Amino acid sequence: MLRFTIRRLIAAAGVLVVISILTFMIFQIIPNGDPAIRIAGRTANQAEIAQVRHEWGFDRPVYVQYVKTMGKIFTGTVVSYSQGVNVLDSIRQGLPATLSLAIGAGIIWLGLGILFGVITAVKAGRFTDRALTVLAFIGVSSPPFFLGALAIYYAGYKAGIIPLAGYVPLTQNPAQWFTHLIAPWLVLSVLFIGIYSRVLRSTILDTVHEDYVRTARAKGLSDRQVLVRHTLRNSLIPIVSLWGLDFAQVIGGGAILTESVFSLHGVGQFAADSIQRLDVPPVMVVTMLTAFFVVLLGAVVDIIYALLDPRIRLSA
Amino acid sequence: MATQRATEATGTEFSSGLSAELLREEQERELPPGTGPYRLAWRRLRRNRGALLFGAIFLLIVVACLLAPVYSHDIAHTGPNDEHITEQIKIGGKSEYVINTIGIPIGPTWHSRFFLGADPGGRDVAVRLLYGGRNSLEVGAVATLITMILAAIIGILAGYHRGAVDGVLSRALDVIWAYPVYILGVALGVSLAVGGINLGAINVKGNSLFVPAAIIGLVYIPYVAKPIRGQVLGLREREFVDAARAQGLSHLRVMASEILPNVASTIIVFIPLMLANAILLEAGLSYLGAGVQPPNPSWGTMISDGVRNIPAAIHLVLVPGLMLVIAVLSVNVFGDGVRDALDPRAKVRIGR
Repeated sequence: MLRFTIRRLIAAAGVLVVISILTFMIFQIIPNGDPAIRIAGRTANQAEIAQVRHEWGFDRPVYVQYVKTMGKIFTGTVVSYSQGVNVLDSIRQGLPATLSLAIGAGIIWLGLGILFGVITAVKAGRFTDRALTVLAFIGVSSPPFFLGALAIYYAGYKAGIIPLAGYVPLTQNPAQWFTHLIAPWLVLSVLFIGIYSRVLRSTILDTVHEDYVRTARAKGLSDRQVLVRHTLRNSLIPIVSLWGLDFAQVIGGGAILTESVFSLHGVGQFAADSIQRLDVPPVMVVTMLTAFFVVLLGAVVDIIYALLDPRIRLSA
Repeated sequence: MATQRATEATGTEFSSGLSAELLREEQERELPPGTGPYRLAWRRLRRNRGALLFGAIFLLIVVACLLAPVYSHDIAHTGPNDEHITEQIKIGGKSEYVINTIGIPIGPTWHSRFFLGADPGGRDVAVRLLYGGRNSLEVGAVATLITMILAAIIGILAGYHRGAVDGVLSRALDVIWAYPVYILGVALGVSLAVGGINLGAINVKGNSLFVPAAIIGLVYIPYVAKPIRGQVLGLREREFVDAARAQGLSHLRVMASEILPNVASTIIVFIPLMLANAILLEAGLSYLGAGVQPPNPSWGTMISDGVRNIPAAIHLVLVPGLMLVIAVLSVNVFGDGVRDALDPRAKVRIGR
């Protein structure tokens, strides 16, 4: 078990290193993308550009630049090209908004996803099932920026029940925090609720044929007991691992679209803005942050599976 | 009794109900033995009216978008990028400005000119919607093609050869998988939009539609390659593969003529679902300015323009947004029907 864990963690670390190299390379291949010209400003002459290039180390070989950037990331001294501000500080500023969005939405989509999944499985083939199925399909087909725009227009401008945009810290005003986030939470959740309820419905209906469910029924347990203690318990495994990965993405700034349309100024929007300015260091850090969460939770899920199921441990 | 009902349903289909399932099994019993899997699948799909309806809607959207030049030339009498900022048009006898004095564009006129209104540049939204749809669908289709071809090759190679080949390919898939989709897409999109793609003989301009298509195609490879790899891992142990090898067929031949036909149904199942995802991702990237480049329209860029004009002109959000949702929805529902028909035991699981 220890060997499996170590091997899995080494593989995860390898993936992270490759991702950081790739991110760095993506911005190296841009023609005319010399960051020195952008940092020096429009009016700079050749000498000033050369000066900037030397100061920032852009005249060094690519791999030296990469190692230096990575070193700065780990010592927390990495600075953005465009404004020269510390990247980690910027991310720390965006983190409360992103965490608030992720945690609230994560609870909503897990709860409603399970609820709708169970309802549609129990009512399989009936009207409720079909109605919720249609809703789930519409949910997975609606991009968050469209839903967000609708919410801002109809609930914001027309009805005036939600604020138009922005984020208010929880510590500053809890009521304002809630009203500013309720629409982003729902908009971000819609897609996931659709996916989770579909996945859960089909796993529940598969599990229903398992021997242990028949045994439980034969013991004389009520429908409700069989559903909650036997069927649902096993059907939730894929849902929880899905949730882990999706949640990791959102925490790491993956909810770029939702954050931008509501101007939450979270980590994702910071990344999107930085990319527009071709500002490499912030993009590297956010990408690695997101990938770190995804890889970490992926490894944790694998290890938990291996703990539960010896077959995985032995075959891997 | 609720769970009792659930027990009776085989639980594989999503859109069709319990009675349809029983009916289907009844009818299949009458088929002659030896009816091929695709024939069976076609019979099942043909009976799934919901899926067929949405498939037809999608086809209608595709045809409408392909006819964009006809609409533009013969009905609206304007191109997708033609600006009519200072013009007036006659609607039911009275004339109105395309852009009024405080800069708000006209809403849907429901007449041949500016049927769905104008945008702040004085351009005809209906014309742009059709041309934009062409771009969105083209990007989606090319991206799906790239995903499916590369994913099939990677999945089959990794699953068939196992060992070192599998190790390298699977780690590569892990990297793409762990890479946040939108950050990868936006980073590639912005950097390639500046410079285009220059790989030896291949030269693609930055504003070409191929750039977002290639990015989206790349991003979704693991979602398809992983399930195919898993299936091939099992297939390679089967007797017919041994038999083919014993006949002296090369590995390449075995993969092409023994393995590929057996994963073909999985590949087909993924095509519509990946198309839906690709259209959505294109819209997302274009929304963030990293997909289709202006003034080229696409549903994503049009929504992005619309969001900037809230609350003055909500039709700029509603028109492309609803079109996008309807198109993606119809592909999704049709794709689900295809999956039910081809894979009734739901062996292929689609995670995200």
